[in-house]
Amino acid sequence: MSTRLITALLASIPLAASAQSQLNLTQGVTEISQRVYDLHMTIFYICCVIGVIVFGAMFVSMILHRKSKGHKPATFHENVKVEILWTVIPFLILVGMAIPATKTLFAMEDASEAEVTVLVTGSQWKWHYKYFDRDVEYFSLLATRQDQINNRLEKGENYLLEVDRPLVLPTDTKVRFLVTSDDVIHSWWVPDFAVKKDANPGFINEAWTKIDEPGIYRGQCAELCGKDHGFMPVVVIAKEPAEFEAWISEQEAIAKAAKEEEQRLLSMSMSKDELMELGERVYLGSCAACHQPNGEGIPGVFPSLKGTAMVMNDKPGHINIVVNGKAGTAMQAFGNQLSLRELAAVITYERNAWGNNTGDLIQAADVNEYLNK
Amino acid sequence: MSTVAGEMDHHDHHHHAPSGITRWLFTTNHKDIGSMYLWFSFIMFLVGGSMAMVIRAELFQPGLQLVDPHFFNQMTTVHGLIMVFGAVMPAFTGLANWMVPMMIGAPDMALPRMNNWSFWILPFAFAILLASLFMEGGGPAFGWTFYAPLSTTYSSDSTALFVFSVHIMGISSIMGAINVIVTIMNMRAPGMTYMKMPLFVWTWFITAFLLIAVMPVLAGAVTMVLTDKYFSTSFFDAAGGGDPVLFQHIFWFFGHPEVYIMILPSFGIVSAIIPAFSRKKLFGYSSMVYATAAIAGLSFLVWAHHMFTTGMPVAAEIFFMYATMLISVPTGVKVFNWVATMWRGSISFETPMLFALAFVILFTIGGFSGLMLAITPVDFQYHDTYFVVAHFHYVLVSGAIFSIMAAAYYWLPKWTGHMYDETLAKWHFWCSLISVNVLFFPMHFAGLAGMPRRIPDYSLQFADINQIVSIGGFAFGLSQLIFLAVVIKCVRGGEKAPAKPWDGAEGLEWTVPSPAPYHTFETPPEVK
Ligand code: HEM
Ligand SMILES: [Cu+2]
Repeated sequence: MSTRLITALLASIPLAASAQSQLNLTQGVTEISQRVYDLHMTIFYICCVIGVIVFGAMFVSMILHRKSKGHKPATFHENVKVEILWTVIPFLILVGMAIPATKTLFAMEDASEAEVTVLVTGSQWKWHYKYFDRDVEYFSLLATRQDQINNRLEKGENYLLEVDRPLVLPTDTKVRFLVTSDDVIHSWWVPDFAVKKDANPGFINEAWTKIDEPGIYRGQCAELCGKDHGFMPVVVIAKEPAEFEAWISEQEAIAKAAKEEEQRLLSMSMSKDELMELGERVYLGSCAACHQPNGEGIPGVFPSLKGTAMVMNDKPGHINIVVNGKAGTAMQAFGNQLSLRELAAVITYERNAWGNNTGDLIQAADVNEYLNK
Repeated sequence: MSTVAGEMDHHDHHHHAPSGITRWLFTTNHKDIGSMYLWFSFIMFLVGGSMAMVIRAELFQPGLQLVDPHFFNQMTTVHGLIMVFGAVMPAFTGLANWMVPMMIGAPDMALPRMNNWSFWILPFAFAILLASLFMEGGGPAFGWTFYAPLSTTYSSDSTALFVFSVHIMGISSIMGAINVIVTIMNMRAPGMTYMKMPLFVWTWFITAFLLIAVMPVLAGAVTMVLTDKYFSTSFFDAAGGGDPVLFQHIFWFFGHPEVYIMILPSFGIVSAIIPAFSRKKLFGYSSMVYATAAIAGLSFLVWAHHMFTTGMPVAAEIFFMYATMLISVPTGVKVFNWVATMWRGSISFETPMLFALAFVILFTIGGFSGLMLAITPVDFQYHDTYFVVAHFHYVLVSGAIFSIMAAAYYWLPKWTGHMYDETLAKWHFWCSLISVNVLFFPMHFAGLAGMPRRIPDYSLQFADINQIVSIGGFAFGLSQLIFLAVVIKCVRGGEKAPAKPWDGAEGLEWTVPSPAPYHTFETPPEVK
């Protein structure tokens, strides 16, 4: 038993020590993540040394002091000096560990003087990013196709770690994250920044980073947040400050144009085919996680939409619940997540798919009445 | 030490021992109740184990193959609840029932009727919990830690059953703990002073106080979940003036002492077995007692080390980091004492000793990862990853559960009157030892490389590690069937066990014949 264990333990040292290895903590791309990595390795090595001493003594005695070799037992069973020694020495080692740990901790918790601030909001099961002082905000959803998850398509390189719209951040800039949630607790985690902060509903947490190198960094939600907890990754693209500035100005322009387009849409109507086609896409992206692709929900957890009273008969109620959500349940307000067009389309889709066939067409203007209600 | 147990042998006890099912239903005998606890815990171990097999089968490959994510979450949740409350804790209560009276020279537990009740409500608690899996909407799916608001606003209706079953488990534990305390305080044989009690008795004594202190806190937490969900309170809902993080403080104020509830009795077991097979007195008896008390005291001051990422003030993070690091001092003292006990002993390697030695090494590895987790800045990286899963399985499976196996092998001859099959038992040990490490050691790497816990599917970089882990898991699960075979074989027959089958063993339990008569120490022994 014993040799195997020791070899396993020793074998893990070089593995864990090689920085690029998949088996160890990342050194990351920030000064903080590097300090965290160093701390991790220091304590790991200290544990190894203690382990070698303690397990070494055990094995020596298992080998030398065995009955089968005729070893006679000694009779000592106390030694105050030794006992004091092995209380005090570990204590001093701990003090040695605590000093660098405390310093790093203080550095990590100092989010002052940030130049860019992003509000990060978790909800079941996506992230929302909003840049402070800029007119840019958007949702970031898992981009891996359902067919890959269900093993019908080959899995891509970044399986489960890819999103439709990554968060974009400038390098060499202190970025502050304000982290919160719309429903349950989530946790926003990017290992390369050594940032993991819980998103608590109703409260705002603070974290920060300063990225050294441009690149794409991937992480995941770290706190169990319900059914699709495993399917809400975080992707961050870090760009040089000038590039970032160009990107965000462009996003502002796009957002502005989209708003004007919305207003124009109010006076237009879409055809049934158009509505159904867009509606299906939106439904699968935003609704199917709970209500299921076949509209039947999960009995006892998420209600069915197939042939139910609200969908079949209560048009105002239906628009209202999609736009404004239902307090105290997992049903979110989609009014601020989807465009008017998308809202109109998805409601039309729900009222006509899976044999619902109400024949109702909902237009952007119908939805607009319920916004801000 | 002397004994009077044999004296009663020619009396016929059948007139007050009903037969058939009523014997077990109405029994107030500590040995019967101890056996029932142990069998119950083993059955729960297999039930919780099959759920782990479902989890490992789903995680064998990337992609979703066998179960949907909602059911996966139910499996991780109920697996955790069953293993903690159904397997480990009842096993310790079973051992306490069997051994505490015999070790202190008492005829039975102090409160035998309550003893019966505290056992018999348990099967109902777990029947309710398991039945909830078949409800519409499924069973609890919010993790064994049931963080609000996932367990309140966002949970299915089985939550009410979950709350009810946890209440029953809590009542059972509290009654069991009261019984242990009253027994130890009042029923020690003449001359059995506190500082002469075997360490198993000491550690259980301290554990029982922990139980009484924190089980009501757990009851409070589940009750608040219940009223938040069904009666419009908002303890944990910011919209109503509450705070979801408050839930975590309450839960972990219970939860951290709870993890020590699951390890202190192990310390007692190992402190009995290592001296027995080293044929040498336990090194540093009194420092062992003080270290246990110190661990128990400190365990109330470290709960927020589970919550470093919730956004605590730096001062609180510092406090909980230092306090947690401090706990490893008394824990280290224990390990050093065991090693010093072995040092220059006369060691032999029967199965109880093998499990005890594996315990010391593997528990210590779990202690090392615990120390790493205590370092707040690094815990930000480790938290909620497989690194934590590796940590607590090292301390709970190769820690607590290995010690329970060690105890079973150590005392089986006393319980059954037969020696167990040593060859088969060694097979059980080696299979368990190898597979438990294949199962849990690679989890450290998965966690460090960034794999979050409680996910039903993962990115491709984790595929190899998970496959190895799953294979270890299946092997560990199968190995436990060998244990079942050994126990059944030993109950049914085997070489007759003498009163004291281990030449180095000490304690009153070895002064009575094997199997221990139905009633022991009706006249207290004299302890010098
Ligand atoms: C030297 C002693 C120990 C230290 C310093 C220690 C430290 C820690 C820390 C800091 C965590 C939180 C990690 C995180 O979630 O980020 C943790 C988790 C845990 N520890 Fe320990 N630990 C020690 C011993 C034990 C023992 C003896 C047990 C049980 C027998 C135990 C059981 C657990 C469990 C069950 C969890 C995870 C609970 C969960 O989140 O589900 N630990 N430990
Ligand atoms: Cu803890």
